Amino acid sequence: MSTKSALRPRYLKLHAVLVFAFLFAPIIVLVVFSFNQAKSGTDWAGFSTHWYSVLRHNEAALQAFRKTLKVAFIATFLATVIGTLAAFALTRFQFRGRSGYSTLIFISLVIPEIVMAVSLTAFFSRLVHVELSLNTVIAAHVTFCIAFVVVVVKARLSAFDNRLIEAAADLGANPFQAFLRIVLPLATPGIAAGAMLAFVISLDDVVITSFTAGPGSTTLPLYIFSSLKFGVSPSINALSTVVLVTALLLLTIGGLYSVRASRRGVGAIDATTLG
Amino acid sequence: MSTTAIDTPEAPEAPEPPAPPPGKRSRLPDWAAGNLLLLPTSVWFVILLIIPTLLVVAYSVGQRGLIVPVKFSWGNLVWSNYRTALNPRFLPIFWRSIWYAAVSTILCVLIGFPLAYWIARFGGRLRNVYLVLVIIPFLTSYLIRMYAWQFILQRDGLLNRVLGDIGLGGNHIFLNTNFAVILGLTYGFLPFMILPLYASIERMDKSLVEASYDLGHGKTSTLFRVIIPTVSPGLIAGVLLVFIPAVGDFVTPELLGGVKTQMIGNTIYDQFTSGNNWPLGSAMSVLLMALILIGVFVYVRRVGDDAL
Repeated sequence: MSTKSALRPRYLKLHAVLVFAFLFAPIIVLVVFSFNQAKSGTDWAGFSTHWYSVLRHNEAALQAFRKTLKVAFIATFLATVIGTLAAFALTRFQFRGRSGYSTLIFISLVIPEIVMAVSLTAFFSRLVHVELSLNTVIAAHVTFCIAFVVVVVKARLSAFDNRLIEAAADLGANPFQAFLRIVLPLATPGIAAGAMLAFVISLDDVVITSFTAGPGSTTLPLYIFSSLKFGVSPSINALSTVVLVTALLLLTIGGLYSVRASRRGVGAIDATTLG
Repeated sequence: MSTTAIDTPEAPEAPEPPAPPPGKRSRLPDWAAGNLLLLPTSVWFVILLIIPTLLVVAYSVGQRGLIVPVKFSWGNLVWSNYRTALNPRFLPIFWRSIWYAAVSTILCVLIGFPLAYWIARFGGRLRNVYLVLVIIPFLTSYLIRMYAWQFILQRDGLLNRVLGDIGLGGNHIFLNTNFAVILGLTYGFLPFMILPLYASIERMDKSLVEASYDLGHGKTSTLFRVIIPTVSPGLIAGVLLVFIPAVGDFVTPELLGGVKTQMIGNTIYDQFTSGNNWPLGSAMSVLLMALILIGVFVYVRRVGDDAL
């Protein structure tokens, strides 16, 4: 196929349909087969919610789910506060040494997950001798979430119109008031998007969690990961579906919030902000 | 520029003008306010990022201990861990990681660019809907998406069943092959390519394309000489966002691969767990970090760091 024809809308559209099918097929398959009555395999034995009721009585999975949410909420909160302050500093102030801070953030983004995982386990267990627990997991999650918050909030703030601040000052607002009444509300969609991103990344982490978790701190990804060692099973399909639905709900709430915010004239969470 | 997720340290800031001093100035000078706001970040990163990373660097020249995992002393730096990490048993794993990640990145460009282009240029009113369709998998658990492929690709999985039903034989081996791991990496990181590409295509001035046609360029020439150079910031960000996590990935080769398809991430994992050789694992970690940092540096230098 020559490039000449490749960029025609008709071919592009066909391509788009195929890519979307590729992106969603595995997820849909997983969800559909979580309602399969059969014990294993891909034989369709009829619709059933059996695996969900099994799941409801699976205390280990439920506990892992609760722990995952706890870690994600606390880590997201801390990372959002820390990251937002950093993003404000990097966009609103000119000072020497900014590139040093950017380097720190850059390192935390490009360092491979496995390296962060082993370095944190070495740090906690051999250098500072902290017992691995849910707290060490939270500390680790904050570490890899901060940069995502910074990037997203920064993107939002750099599109910020500085004349608004001048206008506020002209109208008699002091810098603190201007910040609270002008800058913060305008940055809120960006902060919310950053927090959402941090939350889903925390919710999903396997590698770093597995190295920083103590014996009693199995999160849901760890639970799923260790169950997979015993092979594929429909109850994991059901569990995965629950996780997917949770994340989707969150995304919908975030999306609705951003639409509402934009109707109020605050500006939508630009979908590209997440990239 | 600011919407791409990677920011190099030396990249100049977006063209935001410095806050102009209006009549009333904040009591704190900029440098004080900036450093103060960045204090939590720097404290957190120094303690939980820099020190742990330096610890791994130190461990990479340490010695295996009997009671503690690593014995490190300045007087006795053990370089043999690096020799072991690069010996014929482990070197192929490094190469394999690089080529898996490279092939996946190229596939992501080939699949992602036309899609991003179509959404940006022909998406019309539904553009945001299409974007959400890209973002949903992006925000969906990576582990679960890889598990879904395991479910599909396994011996008695859906793919074999479908192939069997249409008479192509239902007993193929997909898992533990190069195909499965590259498929998983491509699938897993594709949204990381599409989103930044979309962002820069969307910002591209459409009249550039028209001008190129008016000046007598054909479609091919316009694609390579106008469109691709203009969207290169998104392309560069996409390549980095796919390659970096792919080369050190652990979950994909663990779920879709096996011994033959082991990547460096799994190897490091093993050294810190079952293998119980922390110094060797640390040396591999340092090599992986060096690979990524050098790769990023060279790549950004070659394609121009103004793009980031």
